[in-house]
Amino acid sequence: MTATTELRRTPFYGIHKAMGARLVDFHGWELPIQFTSILKEHQAVRSRCGVFDVSHMGQILVEGKQALEFLQKINTNDIAKAAPGKAVYSHMLNEKGGVVDDVIVGCYGPGRYLVVVNAGTADKDFRWYQRHAAAFDVRVENQSDLLCMLAIQGPTAVPVVEAITPGSAPLPRFGVLEIELFGQRAFVQRTGYTGEDGFEIIAPNEIAPRLWEEVVSHGRSYGLAPCGLGARDTLRLEAGLLLYGQDIDDEHTPFEANYGWVVKLEKGDFVGKGALERQKREGLKRRLTGVALSESGVPRAGAIVRAGETVLGSLVSATFSPTLQKGIGVGYLDRPELRPGEMISVEIHGRRVAAEVAAVPFYRREA
Amino acid sequence: MASPEKCRFAKSHEWVSAEGDKAVVGISDHAQAEITDVVHVELPKPGRKVKAGEACAVVESVKAAFDIYAPVSGEVSEVNGELSKDPSLVNQSPHDKGWFFSIKISDPTEASALMDFSQYQEFLKAAH
Repeated sequence: MTATTELRRTPFYGIHKAMGARLVDFHGWELPIQFTSILKEHQAVRSRCGVFDVSHMGQILVEGKQALEFLQKINTNDIAKAAPGKAVYSHMLNEKGGVVDDVIVGCYGPGRYLVVVNAGTADKDFRWYQRHAAAFDVRVENQSDLLCMLAIQGPTAVPVVEAITPGSAPLPRFGVLEIELFGQRAFVQRTGYTGEDGFEIIAPNEIAPRLWEEVVSHGRSYGLAPCGLGARDTLRLEAGLLLYGQDIDDEHTPFEANYGWVVKLEKGDFVGKGALERQKREGLKRRLTGVALSESGVPRAGAIVRAGETVLGSLVSATFSPTLQKGIGVGYLDRPELRPGEMISVEIHGRRVAAEVAAVPFYRREA
Repeated sequence: MASPEKCRFAKSHEWVSAEGDKAVVGISDHAQAEITDVVHVELPKPGRKVKAGEACAVVESVKAAFDIYAPVSGEVSEVNGELSKDPSLVNQSPHDKGWFFSIKISDPTEASALMDFSQYQEFLKAAH
């Protein structure tokens, strides 16, 4: 954190500060990295539930007669699958097939969509939207500065959220619901970034303090813990979820990121489709590959991965996995054919530590 | 148990408990709280010669790695093998079960030049 840059704060900043959270600079936002301990918060989400302030994430409202056509044009996934009350996870691409952002598109009525975008990319995305929206009968509105967002995640999240936003419990995975919350319009989505069941509540900033209070008080008997970005990162990495700017960016395609399932080439034209078709024909030169250490140690982003003496690439995300109790990571390795179990090494503090190629996700919750 | 009151402290937050030519080294309670969840410790090999101020061990939390510096010069004589089985001992018991290594001291004046407990407390207050 530097004193010279003005960090942005969410409406929950005062609460975090008063709770003694350790705050860090995350893409220009002053956010908690941890409240008590990353391990404890991680464990709370895997076994009970946790609440995360994710208000740094952006929300773009897309409305109009051609909202669907517009969203189809800039997304890889089939947005038609987001019927009213449903959401889809998707990538937006540049013409080269590189990922501009990964987003969740929720449909809140015919021709009415709320797109949740990453913090670091909200402004870039909005410009991207405006540029492409010109050709369609559609209105695009950046609501990021007006809305706060809490993620309530974990096996006991359902009763906590149901108590605050009645009607949420029956939502299926990726179901969305528009509700009235403390007299204001709010959105509930059964989505998340932890590999657990859970919800994300998006609401006007004005009701943020009351929303936090309600979550914490209803969560008390369900073991809810306030959680920071540290646990969010270990949870999402175990679950094989991508972090934009680290695991994916403008230079990597969804195929390379091993996320081919978000690409629907048969749905019609979209930005980047030509590049992806070409890559599909020519084959991949590199692929985001999971790595797990066979010895103790903690790999970090940037660590070099080798097979024997040959450098295969380096890790883009890596950490100690609290669930597996060992070092894990993902990196773009230039051997797309590598399969789980193959022996490799990861360089840590100048030493080559034995590791193997691992299946991603590293962790999958029991259904 | 190397009670904090009887230890000497380096500005880089290691403690030393010296007796004769043997110095036991660990990290302070303040340091373990700052690092939080210790998930891995890399220790020097016994027999390694170290100079005061030389990085010779690494503590890893979930988020970051921290170098540990030899507070005094000498030869590493023993290391705490329990830390490889349970790194959280550093958090639970920084001045006892969470010790890192011991050094056969080559220059006995170095340890006495470090801060005593009350000086270290003052140092922490000044840093905040």
